[in-house]
Amino acid sequence: MKYVIVGNSAAGIGGVEGIRSVDRSGEIVMFTDEPYHTYSRPLISYYLQGKTDIEKMSYRPEGFYCDNNVRLERGVKVAAIDAENRRVVLDSGASESYDKLLLATGSRAATPPIDGLENAALLFHFLTLDDAKALKSIVAPNSRVLIVGAGLIGLKCAEGLSATGCSITVTDIAGRVLSAALDEGGASMVQRHMEQQGIRFRLNDRIAKITKNRATFAGGQHVDFDILVVAAGVLPNTELMCALGCDAQRGIRVDSLSQTEVPGIYAAGDCVRCCDISSGQEKIMAILPNAYLQGEAAGVNMAGGNKSFETPIPMNAVTLMGLRVISAGTFAGEEHNAGDEGAYKKLFVEDNLLKGYILIGHVERAGIYTSLITGKIPLDTIDFDLMKAQPQLMAFSRSGRQKMLGGQ
Amino acid sequence: MKRITVNEKWCLGCHLCEYYCAFANSGGEDMAKALKGITIQPRLRIEQAGCISFAVACRHCDTPLCVKSCITGSLSVRDGVVCVDREKCVGCYTCVMVCPYGAVMPSESGAIQKCELCTQRSPGIPACVSGCPNGAIVLENGG
Ligand SMILES: Cc1cc2nc3c(=O)[nH]c(=O)nc-3n(C[C@H](O)[C@H](O)[C@H](O)COP(=O)(O)OP(=O)(O)OC[C@H]3O[C@@H](n4cnc5c(N)ncnc54)[C@H](O)[C@@H]3O)c2cc1C
Repeated sequence: MKYVIVGNSAAGIGGVEGIRSVDRSGEIVMFTDEPYHTYSRPLISYYLQGKTDIEKMSYRPEGFYCDNNVRLERGVKVAAIDAENRRVVLDSGASESYDKLLLATGSRAATPPIDGLENAALLFHFLTLDDAKALKSIVAPNSRVLIVGAGLIGLKCAEGLSATGCSITVTDIAGRVLSAALDEGGASMVQRHMEQQGIRFRLNDRIAKITKNRATFAGGQHVDFDILVVAAGVLPNTELMCALGCDAQRGIRVDSLSQTEVPGIYAAGDCVRCCDISSGQEKIMAILPNAYLQGEAAGVNMAGGNKSFETPIPMNAVTLMGLRVISAGTFAGEEHNAGDEGAYKKLFVEDNLLKGYILIGHVERAGIYTSLITGKIPLDTIDFDLMKAQPQLMAFSRSGRQKMLGGQ
Repeated sequence: MKRITVNEKWCLGCHLCEYYCAFANSGGEDMAKALKGITIQPRLRIEQAGCISFAVACRHCDTPLCVKSCITGSLSVRDGVVCVDREKCVGCYTCVMVCPYGAVMPSESGAIQKCELCTQRSPGIPACVSGCPNGAIVLENGG
């Protein structure tokens, strides 16, 4: 059996580990258009900040490819798939055959439709190690940076850059920061915290036009910048599937065994659309744990095993300038406020189930809440008042606890 | 597969395990000196309410969600023990978000800390197990 994996990040690595848990000997060839050993993408902001280095950023140890008997082809782009003959065609024109193919192509930066965007003196995205290296080499203490997008990536970029002492403005059409991961109250707490540390925000506003060093907003005001960072969301890399005639623009669809509609082709990670079990909606959940778990399941299935990844939910754990934030699930249903001083806490309950939560400040043991969502635990089987106060195993029945902790 | 199991009905709620844990991971020679005047940060914790108490420590799961979800590759399984590379960990707390037992702990350095069954310190029996006066924390060596 010969496996080809396109993408050398979380989903691709999950694919390798999944395949190797079933098949120790099949041939694995991996392609990446980046020039690096697998690295942790979220760490690029820590790199910018000087809190980690390239060596510590590697997502797996140095011997990973050798130990797993993987041939890694770096700096090589897969240009097309010849599904009929089961070959991938490389940008060099060469090709490689496969029996099973995993697309773990991730996502790329979306380009917002802003008039004159291409005229910006210095324009960056913030998705790859090369992006971070380029930004780091150019930013200076007197730089004026404008970041378009107040989502996770935009805010992490702001945090990373703030260490240099440059002046930073973050703007977004949305009326609040982290609009996908927080409700209004939580978002304003995060915004205030970052403002106190010198980051400026211009939310609920639209850039009408960009010239060399100036962004002019719809209302006529402007912000001058030396460096423009566009962090306005990501788009799934699905061209390879689209070129096969599949309707995959908004994410590749896979079945419960990670297979796409084309025989022999599997997909996982940020390029895949899947069902959020906390809301029942289909979406792309561009987070690393999902990417790994989907990749791992795909790998097992490619190697003839049987594994479905059953509990995808949106969730985010992020620390912004010292403030800890964890949120998960959907913010629908009845709201339970349980924050204490200096902390923010909301639980969302519907149909006797925990659907989502937001914790800011105090986030210890959040995973117990996450497990209530993913396990769809009926809340009337636990002591919910106790659970609301603190995530704790005490809130489960004695027999439930025994199952969890072993012993008698 | 080594792991700690907890006999809830034998737990006295004395918190000694927390002290033994903190001491074992302090690198100190003398327990009283090592722990004097500090707020201990043990890698396991006692939950207590009324007359019920029990210790919660890492279960070293067969399918460790923390390891699979770790965004940096700092968590890994070594000989069945879930270990953290604290040099590499940036303290993003993704593991805290996914551990269903709430067994991943914060630490002063910012990196997370967790029970590693004392494999990094004093090989043999974990300090909480040997220190429990009532046999409420047991090391299982099952397969
Ligand atoms: C700054 C930042 C912070 C983040 N923080 C967090 C966080 O705190 N928590 C979290 O859960 N997630 C976070 N994320 C998101 C996380 O990084 C992604 O969800 C994850 O990397 C997705 O993994 P993936 O393997 O699906 O795709 P990617 O990481 O996008 O990797 C895909 C790879 O495939 C390569 N590729 C694509 N097409 C081809 C082709 N045709 N030929 C060859 N190679 C190709 C790409 O170059 C890339 O290397 C963050 C992202 C960023 C940018």
